Amino acid sequence: MSGNLLQFRSVTKEFESGLLPWTRRRMRAVDDVSLDLRAGETLGIVGESGSGKSTLLRMALRLLRPTSGQVLFDGRDVGALQGNDLKQVRRRMQAVFQDPTSSFNPRQSVRQILLAPLEVHGVGTRDSRLRQVGDTLDLVGLNATFIDRYPHQLSGGQRQRVAIARAIILRPSLVVADEPTSALDVSVQAQILNLFKQTKRELGLTYLFVSHNLGVIRYISDRVAVMRLGRIVEIGAAHDIFTNPQHEYTQALLAAVPDADVTRRAAE
Amino acid sequence: MAEARPHRRADRPATLAIDRLRIEIAMQRGVARVVDDVTLEVWPGEVVGVIGESGSGKTMTALSVLGLMPRPARIAAGDIHLQGQVITRLPDAERRKLRGDRVAFIPQDALRALNPVLRVDRQVGEPLNIHRGTPWEKAKQRAVELLGAVHLPHPAERAREYPHQFSGGMQQRAMIAMGLALEPELLIADEPTTALDVTVQAQVLKLLREIRDTHGTAILFITHDLGVIAELCDWVYVMYAGAVLEQGPVERLFGQPAHPYTQMLLRATPTVRTVQAELLSIPGQIPQPFDLPAGCRFADRCPQRFDRCAREPPHIQVESEHTARCWLLEGEPVRLPHESGIDAMRPSTRSG
Repeated sequence: MSGNLLQFRSVTKEFESGLLPWTRRRMRAVDDVSLDLRAGETLGIVGESGSGKSTLLRMALRLLRPTSGQVLFDGRDVGALQGNDLKQVRRRMQAVFQDPTSSFNPRQSVRQILLAPLEVHGVGTRDSRLRQVGDTLDLVGLNATFIDRYPHQLSGGQRQRVAIARAIILRPSLVVADEPTSALDVSVQAQILNLFKQTKRELGLTYLFVSHNLGVIRYISDRVAVMRLGRIVEIGAAHDIFTNPQHEYTQALLAAVPDADVTRRAAE
Repeated sequence: MAEARPHRRADRPATLAIDRLRIEIAMQRGVARVVDDVTLEVWPGEVVGVIGESGSGKTMTALSVLGLMPRPARIAAGDIHLQGQVITRLPDAERRKLRGDRVAFIPQDALRALNPVLRVDRQVGEPLNIHRGTPWEKAKQRAVELLGAVHLPHPAERAREYPHQFSGGMQQRAMIAMGLALEPELLIADEPTTALDVTVQAQVLKLLREIRDTHGTAILFITHDLGVIAELCDWVYVMYAGAVLEQGPVERLFGQPAHPYTQMLLRATPTVRTVQAELLSIPGQIPQPFDLPAGCRFADRCPQRFDRCAREPPHIQVESEHTARCWLLEGEPVRLPHESGIDAMRPSTRSG
């Protein structure tokens, strides 16, 4: 697999707020962003609130349409797709979100949650689907006993595993993750981040990973894009961004992160 | 370096002393022991960090000091002392006098803690009016001074605004200003910066350090963020499933953590300044408070567990006042290949 899986070409997204003509304000959440996501890489997007990272992500999934510019998936304009073409593309890009609770229908068991994507896309037969559910649960480290449980019976980490299972069950090319570990305890976060890495290796996935947590981004990403006020201020290899940031905003961001290495601080 | 606790004073009691506290909640499934035999101190001018994940009991401990525990929770054993005075079973009316006056609380979600229909100056000045009988006009003027003291830009104008007009960082500053109004002896902050951007967090932490330096306030800082603890705190308590598993000076907790849980927590935390080959994940989950194991509560997740762990270990001295509840400490101190786990990729440059 080579080439650009996802491309943003001069994408801008404006939102309008206010009901009455004289209170109406236009705000640019994403401002002329161009970005190429290469097949097989993990691109981390980091930024503070108001940076536009979540809006960018939603445009990748076609949950939002750009005000101007194009989003291309595998060279095709996502905005122009319709019908079966759109369905095919939707199958190849999946998402994992932050809140494991609100991602699920509380009245559906894990089995139903995982069967749903297969049924919607008409994949396989009834038997093969159940087998695929079992295999995918295995991939995310959950054993067969979880299949009959409901979301409220799962811990935060387990729910996130189910969310990942749901995202990968169709064997997509791209997985978009929006703060997938931000609501998890540190010890569970580590498990889920390792699961992301492992799954990527095993299934040959490409990730677009959004987080405000710089440590998480450093751990998971090959390349990192830093966003501020709707623009990408710096982009590069993760190692370079973290050891030799060029843009002063990136430098300020990194300087602001509290340092857990007390011994090194004492030596400075 | 066998130092005692630097902020400990011989001539006066600790600002806060929690002694063998046990908090229980009666549930259908049984009695949940959410805080189990917790002993904790905060001395004047000291910033004490309490680190723990969900279910650790850290928030409940803080709420018990403030008398703000949710109704079904009750203190089943132990005592809480404020400057030597026992406040454990103080009646509500007395408790209310303490809150705001001697003990201030900075919660995680500032916006929810602020009254949306009152202007900021009215709210920040309220403790003065209620506890000191200061007339409103003076209280609001003092509020503007306090907002300036917490470095809120244009405090006089901003004070006349409503909370929703403030950004998250500004709201948190307003909460801190309100907390400082009566110059409390103790400030309890429960994840005050978790919801804030990292640059804003840095400013708030700096502000707290300033407060400690200027007023000598004792600060109890509760968080799950190890980096924040390392930056801000002098002394640290590590809580897990209702109990304190390790406690000691911040340099030792991070440099030579004694308890396997602390060690694993450090190695599970992704860092910015060093490259990590792999994050160590802790298998399993935190036990439920109504279903605590008989022995060491961390044993079922601990890679170093052995037969003695079937009995809960007491606090064992590691060095001076650094203690941990782990049987491995009786005998050889625990050594891991990478002492703090932070330097996973870098060869150790520390001597000794």
